[in-house]
Amino acid sequence: MIADANNSPAVEALGLTKIYGAGNTEVVAMKDVSVRLARGEVVALLGPSGAGKSTFLTAVGLINPPTSGRIVIGGKPVMDGPRALVDLRAFRRRHLGFVFQKANLIPFLNAAENVAVALEINDAAPRAARKRALELLDYLGVAERANNLPDALSGGQQQRVAVARALANEPSLILADEPTAALDSHRGRQVMVLFRKVAHERGSAVIVVTHDHRSLDVFDRTYEMEDGELRPAAADHAP
Amino acid sequence: MNLAAKDIRHNLGRFALTTVGIGLLLMVVLGMSGIYRGMIDDALVVVDHIGADLWVVQRGTRGPFAEISRLPANLEHRLRAVPGVASARTFVSHNVQREHRGQPLRMNVHGLAWPEDKGEWVKLIAGRPLGQAHYEMIADASLGLTLGEKLALGKDSYTVVGVSRGMVSSGGDGIAFFTTQDAQAIQFDLPGEAIRLERAARVQRAVGQDIGQVQPLLLERGAGNSAGLPALARPMVSAVTVRVAAGFDPATVAATIAAWPDVTVYTRDSQSELLVHGMIDKARRQIGLFRALLVIISTIIMALILYTLTLDKIHDIAMLKLMGARNTMIAGLILQQAILLGALGFGLAWYLGGWVFPRFPRRVLIAPEDLWGLALVVTAISILASLLGIWKAMRIEPNKVLS
Repeated sequence: MIADANNSPAVEALGLTKIYGAGNTEVVAMKDVSVRLARGEVVALLGPSGAGKSTFLTAVGLINPPTSGRIVIGGKPVMDGPRALVDLRAFRRRHLGFVFQKANLIPFLNAAENVAVALEINDAAPRAARKRALELLDYLGVAERANNLPDALSGGQQQRVAVARALANEPSLILADEPTAALDSHRGRQVMVLFRKVAHERGSAVIVVTHDHRSLDVFDRTYEMEDGELRPAAADHAP
Repeated sequence: MNLAAKDIRHNLGRFALTTVGIGLLLMVVLGMSGIYRGMIDDALVVVDHIGADLWVVQRGTRGPFAEISRLPANLEHRLRAVPGVASARTFVSHNVQREHRGQPLRMNVHGLAWPEDKGEWVKLIAGRPLGQAHYEMIADASLGLTLGEKLALGKDSYTVVGVSRGMVSSGGDGIAFFTTQDAQAIQFDLPGEAIRLERAARVQRAVGQDIGQVQPLLLERGAGNSAGLPALARPMVSAVTVRVAAGFDPATVAATIAAWPDVTVYTRDSQSELLVHGMIDKARRQIGLFRALLVIISTIIMALILYTLTLDKIHDIAMLKLMGARNTMIAGLILQQAILLGALGFGLAWYLGGWVFPRFPRRVLIAPEDLWGLALVVTAISILASLLGIWKAMRIEPNKVLS
């Protein structure tokens, strides 16, 4: 977490626009998107395919810079248009966590190692990293599979390990792109509830891109994206 | 956490097969240098062990190994009269290829100046040096002859009384030691019919000339043994080896002999030089070229395998980058695999070589400096081979995870 910015929002996007191509082939994937998330807040992002959800997520995740607009994470300005204001890779390492539709676990590492590697990347000592990885796996209910390779885990278990990996460095912001798409509704809901638990207990903000309307009650706020524009969802389930 | 080791464990089969392939290639590279070193050692084995300080050969030639040299055998007597010469011995060396037990038997026939030289300097593993002036031989183990075995060469049979090891010529043929007289008999052996025809021709030539008519005794001598004709040359020798007496400078003695118009003199060092830099120079260059090609092939194979392993991990590398992994960590993953592949291949080459090389038809001599040299080359090609994979890994964008 960013130490000196406890009162600042977890993430702030200001006027984000992303344009692919130029001239006749120009596509506006994201149009003047502004949003502000507090710490511990869990937000769902809905919208049809091609609406710009993933573009928004990758822009905020600092892997696909916007054409214009500003991104502030934990009170620290990190992007000004396409220009990076910090070392993006180092910033991601310390402050961001990612979960995707596929768990994207590294196939040659077991569950504990998949979590520990995120910590070691952030300069944790190997023994401390393993200890913390086991704690996280226990927290997420997959401690008994710690020594199994991803191949030996069910889809739900893999996704839990992926969540543990995203949480490993206690990030300010967790970005999840359709994390339950490969799971049945029961397990999908379990993962969504897990995000809420993580956000509320650990103070991370979570943005979840989802098509699963059945779990929307789990989220603090729901946004909808269409044609690159972001707006609060019609039936926001905010408590 | 060592990602390279974890990845290798996960792809153990492929990695092991690649290691075996690289190991075999490196074994051939090692074998090539061993063959070259063995070739030098073989070429110098006689020069190094015969104990000659000077080699006296036919004028203008670079004999007796690099080219044919012919000298009268009685030259040794002339040489013994030179101040500073402790001993002079005739040297006969030539190759023969005969049939033995239904197989071709190729050997280098080497004449020892009996009785001064009985072959005590030959490295024997069984039997004894020559014990009589005729019909005995010492055979190198590579010829496959056993102690007590009789070998028919020319009109005579020779008994193997000693077996040597590592005594082979620069051409790789095992050396068989005989007395000089026997070696010459083998070299100049002629069928009886050829001898009879030659004698008849001599008589005919004498009859056709006045001297044959005037001195009929000449016709009788002409029809007899060649050795009975003072006008005919005795069998020639290849060289005469000279040992310089203690207290005399070999260069001075050599200069004295070199002043004779019918001979050329080489010191032991210059004879070795002729062998190494003249005779086997082409072989050296050829082997060097093969080694260079094999090293290049090994590098390409390693590079391709490491590149393929990297391609298989594109998604994982993208994920690591997304998590913020430094480039050094990702490059280290590939580099460590490359070095491990090279190191294991080198170890395998070493181990397999120890088993395979003694079964090679030519001697393979591996010196410690060859091993160190190859280890350096393997390290260099491992690093070089990893560059392609590292280059690919560095170009992978983190958003590849989403694809």
